[in-house]
Amino acid sequence: MTRFLATRAGIWTGFAAAALVLFGAAPLLLSGFRLGLFAQFLCYAIVAVGIGLAWGRGGMLTLGQGVFFGMGAYLMAMHMKMADAEFRNGPGSVPDFMELAGIRELPAYWAPFSSPAFTIAAILIVPTAFAVLLGFAVFKRRVKGAYFAILSQALAGAFAILLIGQQSMGGFNGLSRFRYFFGYNLDDPVNQQMLYFIAAGVLLVVVAVALQLRRSRYGELLVAVRDAEERVRFLGYDAANIKVVAYATAALFASVAGAIFVPVVGIISPASIGIVPSIMFILGVAIGGRASLVGPVVGALAVAAAQTALSEQFPSAWTYAQGLLFIVVIALLPGGIASIAAATKRFRKEPATAEATA
Amino acid sequence: MDLLVGQVFTGLSTGSILLLAALGLSLTFGQMGVINMAHGEFIMAGCYTAYVTQQLVGDAGASLLIALPVGFLVGGAMGLILEAVLIRHLYHRPLDTLLVTFGVGLVLQQVARDVFGAPAVNVTVPEALRGGVDLLGTTVPKTRLFILALAVVAVTAVTLVLRFTPAGRRIRAVVGNRDLAETAGISSRAVDAGTFFIGSGLAGVAGVALTLIGSTSPTTGQSYLVDAFLVVVAGGMGRIKGAVVAAVALGTFQAVFETYSTASLAKVGVFIVIVVFLQLRPQGLFTLRTRSLA
Amino acid sequence: MQAPVPIEPGLTARKVEHRMPQRFTFTARDLTRTFAAAAAVAALVATSACGSRAGEETAAAESCVDTSGDTIKVGALNSLSGTMAISETTVRDAIYLAVDEINAAGGVLDKKIEIVAEDGASEPTVFAEKAEKLIREDCVASVFGGWTSASRKAMLPVFEDNDSLLYYPVQYEGLEASENIFYTGATTNQQIIPALDYLAETGVKSLYLVGSDYVFPRTANAIINAYAEAHGIEILGEDYVTLGSTEFSTIVNQVKSAGADAVFNTLNGDSNVAFFREYANVGLTAEEMPVMSVSIAEEEVGGIGVENIEGQLAAWNYYQTVDSPANTTFVEAFKAEYGADRVTSDPMEAAYNSVYLWAATVEKAGSFAVADVQAAADGVSFDSPEGTVVIDGENHHVTKTARIGEIHADGLLYTVWESEGPIDPDPFLDGYDWAADLQVSN
Repeated sequence: MTRFLATRAGIWTGFAAAALVLFGAAPLLLSGFRLGLFAQFLCYAIVAVGIGLAWGRGGMLTLGQGVFFGMGAYLMAMHMKMADAEFRNGPGSVPDFMELAGIRELPAYWAPFSSPAFTIAAILIVPTAFAVLLGFAVFKRRVKGAYFAILSQALAGAFAILLIGQQSMGGFNGLSRFRYFFGYNLDDPVNQQMLYFIAAGVLLVVVAVALQLRRSRYGELLVAVRDAEERVRFLGYDAANIKVVAYATAALFASVAGAIFVPVVGIISPASIGIVPSIMFILGVAIGGRASLVGPVVGALAVAAAQTALSEQFPSAWTYAQGLLFIVVIALLPGGIASIAAATKRFRKEPATAEATA
Repeated sequence: MDLLVGQVFTGLSTGSILLLAALGLSLTFGQMGVINMAHGEFIMAGCYTAYVTQQLVGDAGASLLIALPVGFLVGGAMGLILEAVLIRHLYHRPLDTLLVTFGVGLVLQQVARDVFGAPAVNVTVPEALRGGVDLLGTTVPKTRLFILALAVVAVTAVTLVLRFTPAGRRIRAVVGNRDLAETAGISSRAVDAGTFFIGSGLAGVAGVALTLIGSTSPTTGQSYLVDAFLVVVAGGMGRIKGAVVAAVALGTFQAVFETYSTASLAKVGVFIVIVVFLQLRPQGLFTLRTRSLA
Repeated sequence: MQAPVPIEPGLTARKVEHRMPQRFTFTARDLTRTFAAAAAVAALVATSACGSRAGEETAAAESCVDTSGDTIKVGALNSLSGTMAISETTVRDAIYLAVDEINAAGGVLDKKIEIVAEDGASEPTVFAEKAEKLIREDCVASVFGGWTSASRKAMLPVFEDNDSLLYYPVQYEGLEASENIFYTGATTNQQIIPALDYLAETGVKSLYLVGSDYVFPRTANAIINAYAEAHGIEILGEDYVTLGSTEFSTIVNQVKSAGADAVFNTLNGDSNVAFFREYANVGLTAEEMPVMSVSIAEEEVGGIGVENIEGQLAAWNYYQTVDSPANTTFVEAFKAEYGADRVTSDPMEAAYNSVYLWAATVEKAGSFAVADVQAAADGVSFDSPEGTVVIDGENHHVTKTARIGEIHADGLLYTVWESEGPIDPDPFLDGYDWAADLQVSN
């Protein structure tokens, strides 16, 4: 089975099956509300694919994905607030929340976001460019491992604090009350379903890109950097460049996920992007299997679903469950769910070969 | 002028608070390379130790004096258990330790919530530490002087232990070269456990002291953790004096920046300064010279 | 340094050689293929997108509320986990108390109220998600809850899009009036402005403003600045700290050297603890420089430590010590239900009122339907613990009596001043000339 899935036909079969579930079964079986919730989970899954690439394959524990998620989300939200204000009060008018905050003039950096094309370009470019810059600054100086993890976490904290202080970005309340998504009414169930399809489609594309990256020469180099950075360097490669690509790709994925998250959920606030939400992105990836392709997706979906289901009944139990999942999965099953199958197979086939310690 | 003296003292005082929170980390993270995200919850445990002691003893002054050593033991014991049960098995996976201990932190927070309730509890400040002292024309709260003094004592004690006791020599040997130390007959396991005990115990002491100025609630520890980590990162692995200098520098920077700008921007400013600083000195302020490639 | 353990079982340096892929580079063909896949997905999405566009009317959401049985479902949406759980669980207790009392007295329109409880987890996104679940899956007739403005702002579009009702029980920064929300806490002209009136009456000529950095303190301070300018009060400083910050030495030093007549405090949560300790420690006292707080109620005094805050002032509409028969009944019932050591506070009372106000409106309308409740709301009153409150049908707020309280050694607040009768709600401050710059088009 696993072997078949690694072949070209297998890959196409896998994607076809996933498409069938996402585009066929889910809309038929789920109510409108549950489908919207599922679309929200798919956004977390898109972030998870990026983390799987950076952390699972590249060994960079990015505790600050909330920053890139937030960038994409806020950029999209800015456009939607602008579109909303222009639709109601004509071009150049101030979004409603700014009026409440006493801001009468539209800040200059908001103006370009009335253009859909500019917004989409910004969502794709800004977080990626930021990740490239930060990545070069950090990886070129060989800041890695724990240092990198702590820096990325501090970055998430600083970013959330910065946003809370900006009244022209909605402050602590964030941005909400969106009515239109590129000209479509958001309260129309048909359009809500369209958003779900976009989320599902983007997830498939993101997984395909991750798959191509893994199977390329670059993918092998990335794993090599993870396992023995010095050796790769001695072979003449610049490890920093290799890491920056994975880090920036993960940032891009998170940004796109954030941009879809906003119209689906209807709000983005600093509470969704700080230190704790950023670490929570990691949990699903760890459970599903950080180094596998599909593991992070499955893990992220499972965690989100479990949170919704459990916290409805036992709010305090969910916190314990989260903590214990972190402890048990990472300590005992570092490969996540994805490694269970492989581990049992290896146990049956080659019990004599001890696991190599490189 | 008053304000300037005030700011200098505030910087020192903020620095000493950071230092108390970070001192234990600089042992466990700095010396052993273990990232203990539950360190903040050990601080919180110290806070609640102070609270419980006060409930039992009654007198605020006596209970503070009792709570300091008890807090050390409580924090240390929690550290020992954590080390023996989880961290010991993960020394070769530092990033995984980070996530596992984050999970431990979540559980501890919820335990505190279930045991003590979610609202903050009050630890009364002893009569002797209330009010302020006039110093060069500005009023300095006595509680902050106490914390400053406690930080000095803690740093001195740790330095003396590391430098002059047999246990300290063993710790330094293991930090310098684990394999060689083992060859020389030092049990690195025992040393690891000991280091973790002291580091976590210091978190407990910090918690007891921080009840004098801050609130005591299940999320208390979290607010100190990220700043404490930044202190250790900026100070450099394995050096107590790095942590001291970094804590005071960050504290002063934050205090001064806050005067001329807002507290929010000061936090962002600290982050930028550290990233730029790591460009200049990727290994932190003071580095331990080793022959390791990484 | 020890070698890292391979994360993927089976994938070690040695084994990589066996399973090297045939193609090594990420070729142009791969890129084309990826783009082709993306285009296919985009096409698929485009064909499914045939919903209404901006400006077109969307069919109104069908209500699924079931009024045929012996019970009627309502939602209670409060944070039971996360940072806000401290405050919001107390509100939930008050909601349950009111529902139990109404049920014991026969229910609403002869139906017993059944609560569907949800956890907002202190996150705005979760509030929006759970609100939608309550309306669309549980089919509740109305929802009670929310605390932070962020949670209310997150829920507002959900209630408007699904045409349902939210009863929001906390004082807030005003400048809002939704058809689908009833605000039973104070708006700014029932809390902040009376507090300023009181300070001006007692001869305060200068103020120092300290607040947490988010929307409520910023809006409150904008109002205070406008008021001060019109009434000849000098603002000597305005400082904000990040939410949850416990580092106050800089700010308290500045407050002290500024030497204002009073401090207006809009800090939130744990920050109050650190602020008041620092304040007392540099030798500032309530006699010398009183602090007027708008977020400290009976619940918070314990955590701050009464010795640090005794004699300081607070502005609310209700205290546990309010002397009225309705309040005696409320406090006794609450203590009997939840324990004698519990205290009652303003948001709890407002939440308690909100359930009664909803029930009274439904009785008046003779229907649970949202449109009927909205139409019947104007003038509905309830003899509440704080005095009689009346719903204003125009802006969906309620009339409230403003009270300034002083914190005493027993940890409770005692009224030292109260407004002459209930104040009509004015969320947009239309009735205040000096606030012209703050007014927004509704």
